[in-house]
Amino acid sequence: MEIHRQLDRDLDHLRDRLLVLGGETERAFRRAIHSLVERDSQEAAAVLKDDDIVDSLEVEIDRLCVDIIALRQPAARDLRFVISVAKITPILERIADHACNIARAAIDLNDEPQLSANVSDLPRMAEHASEMLNASLDAFTTHDAAAARLLISRDDEIDEIYNRLFHDLINMMVEDPQTTRRAARLLFVAKHIERIGDYVEDICELTVYMAEAAFIKHTK
Amino acid sequence: MPTETTNPPQQQQGLRPRVQLSEARDADGPTDGALKISIRDLNFFYGKSQAIYNVTLDVPERIVMAFIGPSGCGKSTVLRTLNRMNDVIAGTRVEGRVVVDGQDIYAPGSDVVSLRRKVGMVFQKSTPFPKSIFDNIAYGLEVNRMASGRADMRDRVEQALKDAALWSEVKDRLKESALSLSGGQQQRLCIARALAIKPEVILMDEPASALDPAATQKIEELIVELKRDYTIVIVTHNMQQAARVSDQTAFFWLGKLVEVDSTEKMFTNPEEKLTEDYITGRFG
Repeated sequence: MEIHRQLDRDLDHLRDRLLVLGGETERAFRRAIHSLVERDSQEAAAVLKDDDIVDSLEVEIDRLCVDIIALRQPAARDLRFVISVAKITPILERIADHACNIARAAIDLNDEPQLSANVSDLPRMAEHASEMLNASLDAFTTHDAAAARLLISRDDEIDEIYNRLFHDLINMMVEDPQTTRRAARLLFVAKHIERIGDYVEDICELTVYMAEAAFIKHTK
Repeated sequence: MPTETTNPPQQQQGLRPRVQLSEARDADGPTDGALKISIRDLNFFYGKSQAIYNVTLDVPERIVMAFIGPSGCGKSTVLRTLNRMNDVIAGTRVEGRVVVDGQDIYAPGSDVVSLRRKVGMVFQKSTPFPKSIFDNIAYGLEVNRMASGRADMRDRVEQALKDAALWSEVKDRLKESALSLSGGQQQRLCIARALAIKPEVILMDEPASALDPAATQKIEELIVELKRDYTIVIVTHNMQQAARVSDQTAFFWLGKLVEVDSTEKMFTNPEEKLTEDYITGRFG
């Protein structure tokens, strides 16, 4: 039974490291949005600096997955768990990359006058995406396929806010061409947040796979 | 509406196995040519001790079915009922039916010799005769009067050795003793000996458990090749081997068939918790 206990220990360690990566990713995203909303370039610089932590965690988790597959040969639910972790890890790393891009936009925009027009949808959209990211990692940790499915349906809310923001920002550029550069920057920020919503959906699909062995990707 | 690749609902009734392909079929024989072996309500007793309980299972033709389970779970006993190898053990008793190609092999008057010609067997330990490589193959052909002359005998021996992926290694030493072969070669010689008499089903009881990884790989590759022409049932303790070579896997526990399904399903998402615990190494 020693081998089995070792497998359990390895799987627990893998889950813990994924949660650390998830935590770092969530933190990067929240801080990036904070740096933009509060015009805090120092915070934005910190997000960029801490991206190394995310990158090294990604490499570490990749290696753990390969080691477990090669040395422990997991099957059934264990195999689905390892495969899901191996697929979620680069997703989290990409979310952190989007957070970095938002932080870069914040540094750029913080040097310029703030847009006077109302773009309050942006922090609301970010808050929504952040909550969903947090909930998706909770669903993964607790193997809660039902919660994951519910979150997938909530991605539409982010898309709706994005579409509204898109039109508002385009109108802003048309009405006041001097805002074009800054509004275009915010347009990209909105797109990054919208992509994070899509990645949360991917995490949820993998959670359903892990919990139920059901492939729901590309079935809409 | 999204369509999901979902799994069948969980079984509600304890250890009742999911039996594929058989629900609409009569146990008396195949209706569409795809069913090779049909086991119905099989019980097996060593004296007063019951070893197998109500096993019902179908084996479609030209597939590899793996029997897995812990030691003493009854998988080898079930395997040996398929060509009545248990008959040679005094005090054993069989209830239920085992149908091969529509024939109940335990029916009164059933021809055991012809059954064992049709359902060959390869054992855990290779059992070459202390004869030449050639004679090991020729012996069964002679006993069964299957060769029409020396040239035909040579052709049949060569073909059997080729079918067992051994010809290129022994073609220049056919007169040497079979005991001079390596363990892996001896096991493939035993497979060639079984193939020579043109069986339709090959039973393998842990055929690679005594072999090194390279010899094991050759046996596994051979099994995958052979399923083009033969129905193969293999007992193995090596679950990775079951995953590599078999199309369907049956899991036994305490003499009962817990679950049978496609190997892919069994190793990624079995229905029964007991199966999952065994597959993932958390048994007991």
